[in-house]
Amino acid sequence: MSQIRYTKDHEYIRIEGDEGVVGISEHAQSQLGDVVFAEAPPVGKTLKAGDAAAVVESVKAASDVFAPASGEVVAVNSDVEATPGLINEDALGRGWLFRIKLADPNELSGLMDEAAYANYLKILS
Amino acid sequence: MNTQGRPTRPAGSEGVAHRTFTGNRALDMEEALIFETGRFDATGVDIDEPAPFQSRLGPHARQRGLDLPGLAEPEAVRHYVRLSRDNYSIDAGIYPLGSCTMKHNPRLNEKMARLPGFADVHPLQPVSTAQGALAVIEALADVLMTMTGMSAVAMSPKAGAHGELCGMMAIKAAIEARGEAEARRVVLVPDSAHGTNPATAALIGFSVRPVPAGEDGNVSAETVKATLAPDVAAIMLTNPNTCGLFERQIVGIAEAVHEAGAYFYCDGANFNAIVGKTRPGDLGVDAMHINLHKTFSTPHGGGGPGAGPVTLSPRLAPYAPVPFVVRDGEGLRLVEHASGSESFGRMTAFHGQMGMFVRALSFILSHGADGLRQASEDAVLAANYVRASLNDVMSAPFGDRVCMHEALFDDRWLKDTGLTTLDFAKAMIDEGFHPMTVYFPLIVHGAMLIEPTESESKASLDRFIMTLRDLAFGAKAGKRERFLPAPVYAPRRRLDETRAARQPVLRWTRPAPV
Amino acid sequence: MRYLPLDAAERETMLVRIGVPDIEALFADIPADKRIEGLLDMPPGMSEMAVERTMTAMAARSRAAGSAPFFLGAGAYKRHIPASVDHLIQRSEFLTSYTPYQPEIAQGTLQVLFEFQTQVAALTGMEVANASMYDGSTACGEAMLMAHRLTKRRKTILSGGLHPQYADVAATLTHMAGDAITRLPPDATASEDVAAAIDDVTSSVIVQSPDFFGNPRDLAPIAAAAHAHGALMVVVFTDPVALGALRSPGEMDADIAVGEGQGLGNALNFGGPYVGLFATRLKNVRQMPGRLAGETVDASGRRSFVLTLSTREQHIRREKATSNICTNSGLCALAFSIHLSLLGETGLNRLANVNHANAVQLADRLSAIPGVEILNTHFFNEFTMRTPRPGAELIEALARRGVIGGLTVSRLLPGAALGDCIVVASTEVNTDEDRTAYAKALGECLR
Repeated sequence: MSQIRYTKDHEYIRIEGDEGVVGISEHAQSQLGDVVFAEAPPVGKTLKAGDAAAVVESVKAASDVFAPASGEVVAVNSDVEATPGLINEDALGRGWLFRIKLADPNELSGLMDEAAYANYLKILS
Repeated sequence: MNTQGRPTRPAGSEGVAHRTFTGNRALDMEEALIFETGRFDATGVDIDEPAPFQSRLGPHARQRGLDLPGLAEPEAVRHYVRLSRDNYSIDAGIYPLGSCTMKHNPRLNEKMARLPGFADVHPLQPVSTAQGALAVIEALADVLMTMTGMSAVAMSPKAGAHGELCGMMAIKAAIEARGEAEARRVVLVPDSAHGTNPATAALIGFSVRPVPAGEDGNVSAETVKATLAPDVAAIMLTNPNTCGLFERQIVGIAEAVHEAGAYFYCDGANFNAIVGKTRPGDLGVDAMHINLHKTFSTPHGGGGPGAGPVTLSPRLAPYAPVPFVVRDGEGLRLVEHASGSESFGRMTAFHGQMGMFVRALSFILSHGADGLRQASEDAVLAANYVRASLNDVMSAPFGDRVCMHEALFDDRWLKDTGLTTLDFAKAMIDEGFHPMTVYFPLIVHGAMLIEPTESESKASLDRFIMTLRDLAFGAKAGKRERFLPAPVYAPRRRLDETRAARQPVLRWTRPAPV
Repeated sequence: MRYLPLDAAERETMLVRIGVPDIEALFADIPADKRIEGLLDMPPGMSEMAVERTMTAMAARSRAAGSAPFFLGAGAYKRHIPASVDHLIQRSEFLTSYTPYQPEIAQGTLQVLFEFQTQVAALTGMEVANASMYDGSTACGEAMLMAHRLTKRRKTILSGGLHPQYADVAATLTHMAGDAITRLPPDATASEDVAAAIDDVTSSVIVQSPDFFGNPRDLAPIAAAAHAHGALMVVVFTDPVALGALRSPGEMDADIAVGEGQGLGNALNFGGPYVGLFATRLKNVRQMPGRLAGETVDASGRRSFVLTLSTREQHIRREKATSNICTNSGLCALAFSIHLSLLGETGLNRLANVNHANAVQLADRLSAIPGVEILNTHFFNEFTMRTPRPGAELIEALARRGVIGGLTVSRLLPGAALGDCIVVASTEVNTDEDRTAYAKALGECLR
């Protein structure tokens, strides 16, 4: 049973065992508009929480994707590089960006769960 | 005698627009690419064969073909004339782009620029044979200093952004000369700044620290003081700012910046509002670029060329780049090398945008002291007239405040209409107007920035205002069909920009043989 | 005033609508003690006639290149431009339109840019080109920075054949950004060993062909050496017509090709406005600065053109942009494109051939004069000439005899030991009479 956590910058991390799958939230993709380009970090790169890890671009905007937690990049989603529209269609599913091996699962407690994030979005709007 | 008559008035309104065979709609013509209509073995230029000679190209001669089509002159003229007709232009109508200053481009400027003594002079001719060209540079530099109250001008930057780079390089050179290059690595930039400001700072290794504006749309001296620190090299401010407002506390800001040992870069994109009304040098500015293609009417040419000379205060003058013109007894000469001086070096080959200098000088001489002041006043008057005529139907982010040469609205008034700033802009196109600047500055939601300039007659302004009012009422009355599909009358409807970015096709390629 | 349509009554009416008593009320935000009382200290406005008189008098103080035998190049070339070019660029819709941010009413500009990009890519033998830069020298500087982004290294090597002012521009940018640069000594005979200077921290090597001294270079071995070290090769050219006669940068395996486009469609204009050409491999396109026009369709399915990949640019990325550039050199790019469309490959070949023929004829005649030595084994339309007299003196002496004979190398390279050398160019505009005049004048100067 995988849990999902969100950051204030609208990234999500879906926890699967000792790994986390990172992408941008539904809200983020709708704010950006049609995604035209996504660049994930290289496999093997070590990230600290808060590092600028990936980039997502639409026609009129660009957004840095920050690592929600620390860890080593173990996989990237090559589908998204070929078909960036997946991020719009299915941000939480097939539009994932990269997977990390979590260095410190305790970091996750500082992130918002689904309900907290929904609340956060209400406050922002 | 001609006894054969024919009908001389329209028979009745039958039939609607139908699809034509050509895709043309009378004078509105489709035009293919030269690679589709030109012939790859044709040429429209007659060139005489030289007498036989021994080639000295050696092994470097080209072997491969180039795949470039040629057109006979009639075909070329048709091609470009047809293409030109798909463009909106200042010559055709009001072009109210905020921060772009789309004023009339006087044709006298074009005539002067084409005098052989300006156009047909090589930059590296012996200086004794180019005195007229150097005289233009000197004359324009003089008058720019008079207008700005600054003590030197770097004339060589090729565009506004290039001018920003020049000013920031001069600042960096000044800081290095004080031995503070390692200490001062931060530049303060408001969030409302044009993107070129932070991009320029980053290009030469500065990091950018934001300075927030207040509720009133201005940057306060208090905020600047709070953001200043010993690591700050400079502040970059636009004045009047990108919201069309004069920075009221600019003198206090300049003082605070100088007290902190930093420099004041002013983005002069909006200089059109204040020429002849105040001098940036008097306000405490250390460097300010001037966009000759904005304030001084050199034509925008579909995106360029521009010119961005940078006026400098006494603090920064010693670091100005080469080349510059100096008086030498009776004549003028160029200083072309930085060695032996504190100049930070060279920013471009040759001497700057001479063709734009001639045009700008022609504009400035035409207006003179009285005309320049009148132009600034008319620009500010026109913008406020537009603002006062629309502020009951459109929402302004900073209330009912007097603006300078451009009026800023946001999209709060479109709330509940289901329409965006973009939809409003596209509907303007169908009405025959180029839209105003939209979505800039970034700090205002759905920004609409209108700069009419001094070139618009009152009749033109009134027609523009009445049209926008009509559109605004239509938006609020739910007439979405006027907006959502717009533009419907332009040569093209809305474009698929997503596709252009996801599947970039950036050149024509020969189709594969079938 | 002829450019200001408002009259006094209208201004009054407008003030009433705004609700202020006078125009000064609209300038109230300017601190009172900083307002200019009265007018700026400059003359009053002038009629068209008066402006023409003044500026014509200024123009008369320069000698037009077309008025005398003219043999000066060194980065800007006197070319015959077909009459229709200048006529077409003065059409209102090209001259007075803005950057095509509203593509529905700017298809003219956008299609021209798409054609221009295709022409530049074809000419340079590269896969993709942008919609132009300010000029060749700033394009060269931007190529250097692009190589840094691609290789993640910050050291550049400049060939000794690179135009000295281009090298100065690169050096200024390098110093300001805190990077490293190696400038090989001026090399008039194409004998330097660029490959030997490349190492594993080199970002790019910047070479020019034909070089500043007129030598076409075989750059493929340098490309190989660069690539072996993980570095890039940037190839510079200063006369696009040279690409009609010589192997293209793409053929020599360049990673980035940049150059000056003035030599097609654009007058000498004392150094500006010119037009920078910039081309690269498709895989590098996201790191390429400058605007890009791309093809797409509109809502009715019709082929259309639009500025694209804009997220590279300053208005979106701000401090993370590939560059700070905002304008291109639109009208100059249009002039280039029109001229090249008229020429086509056939015309360009012939034009290049005439340029080369004229240069060869000139070189033969000048080298027959005692004391004159032409340094180049191969050249296109420019070569370097050594004489017993200092170049600076010789150029002045020739000018006094009514001949613009070239560039004294000492003007751009004051320190180098090439003070007795002149770079001489010859394009299609030179006639037999011009060559005779030059040979005669030079003979007299060297007696």
